[in-house]
Amino acid sequence: MMSTNTAPQTLVDKIWNRHAIRELSDGSTLIHIDRHFLHDGTSRQAFDGLRRIKRPVRDLNLTFAVVDHILSTLPGRTGESHPPGIERIHALRDNCRQFNVELYDVDSAHQGIAHVIAPELGITLPGCTLVCGDSHTATNGGLGALAWGIGTTEVMHVIAAQALLVRKQKQLRITFSGHIGEGVSSKDMILYFLSRHGVTAGTGCTVEYAGPAIRALPIEARMTICNMSIEFGSRCGIVAPDDVTLQYVANRPFAPKGVMWDRAAADWRSLASDDGATFDREIEFDCNQIGPQVTWGNSPQEAVAIDEALPEPSSVADHDRRQALERAYSYMNLTPGRTMEGVPIDIAFIGSCTNSRLSDLEAAAKVVKGRKVAKGVTALAVPGSMAVKAAAEAKGLDKIFLEAGFEWRNAGCSMCVGSNGDLVPPGKRSISTTNRNFEHRQGPHSRTHLAGPAMVAAAAVSGCITDVRKLLSQN
Amino acid sequence: MEPFTVVTGVAAPMMIPNINTDAITPMAAGRSTSVDLGKMMFNNWRYNLDGSEIPEFILNRPPFRQSQILVAGANFGCGSSRERAVWALLRFGIRCVIAPSFADIFRENAYQNGLLPVVIGADDCAALGTALAHAPKDGCEPQITVDLERCVVRLLDGRELSFDVPAERRAALLQGLDEIDVILGMESAIANFQKMDREQHPWIYLDRA
Ligand code: SF4
Repeated sequence: MMSTNTAPQTLVDKIWNRHAIRELSDGSTLIHIDRHFLHDGTSRQAFDGLRRIKRPVRDLNLTFAVVDHILSTLPGRTGESHPPGIERIHALRDNCRQFNVELYDVDSAHQGIAHVIAPELGITLPGCTLVCGDSHTATNGGLGALAWGIGTTEVMHVIAAQALLVRKQKQLRITFSGHIGEGVSSKDMILYFLSRHGVTAGTGCTVEYAGPAIRALPIEARMTICNMSIEFGSRCGIVAPDDVTLQYVANRPFAPKGVMWDRAAADWRSLASDDGATFDREIEFDCNQIGPQVTWGNSPQEAVAIDEALPEPSSVADHDRRQALERAYSYMNLTPGRTMEGVPIDIAFIGSCTNSRLSDLEAAAKVVKGRKVAKGVTALAVPGSMAVKAAAEAKGLDKIFLEAGFEWRNAGCSMCVGSNGDLVPPGKRSISTTNRNFEHRQGPHSRTHLAGPAMVAAAAVSGCITDVRKLLSQN
Repeated sequence: MEPFTVVTGVAAPMMIPNINTDAITPMAAGRSTSVDLGKMMFNNWRYNLDGSEIPEFILNRPPFRQSQILVAGANFGCGSSRERAVWALLRFGIRCVIAPSFADIFRENAYQNGLLPVVIGADDCAALGTALAHAPKDGCEPQITVDLERCVVRLLDGRELSFDVPAERRAALLQGLDEIDVILGMESAIANFQKMDREQHPWIYLDRA
């Protein structure tokens, strides 16, 4: 029983309060960081800073490192396969060696995208705080961790102090109701949300995702939703831990075991938002009408259902918004009024911290099986981690992809951001399971359409963007 | 970091909303530390594929080539957490970005490096952008002043707009203080916290040796 003098608390309040070391008079709080992930993309200058202030890594036991962003994903790769990445990969190795940080390097069975391996290894735990120098760190919120992305200066702060000065954000709860249909995934839920509420709906807020449609999702699908929080401005998205979460975490390498597990599990069950807890904002969101989504423009909010006509800029009242739409039509070489059905593609990419876990590969393989990648299309399947890759191979998914004409790669960020050389060439059109369709994101003058894994698979075998449900009904 | 007190300089209007950090510092434009971040800033907007400058782009045009201030659309700095975006702006010579709103991580990164993010209302911002764009044609310098001591922006016509900055951020910027010193000053509180927390949540404290 809750004592009468305790006000109802949200999930985020509970995690926040147990990590608050000290509140400062200016309204910021020194927050303990339980888990810190370093990677090749953003840690180098942080180590330089550490040398400058002559400090060691304060808590080696709570600090992890991986090479993911700049590493080649080609078969037989080494840390030297992508020449422009060598300098950074070597810098990460040298820094980890010098400061004794354990690094999941190219030859480690644990290697993979930070946000994929942290949950998979049981490094991420419900109720913990986790940060990483990467904006998609909220992916870990799918397990009920308070996880957010930070810049390089803050990476240095955490290395040196295992704590950060943070201002508590406003709290937003998004309650998803209803059911999603066959051929529709959690990626479609979050893209649809973005299309309705826009890219700043969560700015300044921590988001709790709640409601029956969230509860019905397996953990990997919850991670996809949390992953995209930053695309509407939220650094941090979280789902309260439940039985599904506990089942996922149990027996993972760094998860507690035995008596300690029982104690932890009991604690984690107490973390859900109390009845009557108040949020600064609430959004109710119905999932019943969601069809497979795909983005057409250069902002993740520019998503439409596959059979929905693209918006007319002239019907938009806001001047800046109208200009942004016109600019997107020109960059993407599309015209208002048409649907996305039938838009030819050059590249199909399945991967990234948004959609590269086993369930994502399974959803894609289900569509690909017995079909061939269309002529002229380059198709890549890039597992999020070497463990995902091994699990997929144990299920024979690699054969399905390879027989269809997909490339089957090693783990890494790959074409999500192109910093490892996996680029969409200028003017080419890709459909991608990633999270950002910004101008030039997948390479200079690349054109990116975001979608879920099944929709990307459908486009790969059709040669054009198409409704995956049609293919599934022929299976 | 370098202190920020009063900056008077050319301000370039870039009134597009949602300018993201991939646009400011594209990943594919090289990650080596030897890359001149100031030169590669806005790489894809500033240069053609052959490396030649795109003459229409605002920061390629005099007098905006010498900009010290950017005036931008809403949600500036959204997207990736890369701090390189802030470093690139500073390296180019930008000390302040004025916009109706900023993405959270960008704003934090800016404060940590002495780049001042100034929020002013959308209408004021749009009007300022228009005035700056027209200034060269009207024969006047597109120059404004951002005064952090008084928390005002002095516009082209001499009018002043006030803005808010959290007190501790303002103090740190004015003196060029690094936040790490404040945090490390609380080391004993961190150690005490861990001792207590280890009793309550022992599973957090891994022993990997
Ligand atoms: S997969 Fe893409 S979004 Fe995720 S961490 Fe890598 S680069 Fe960032």
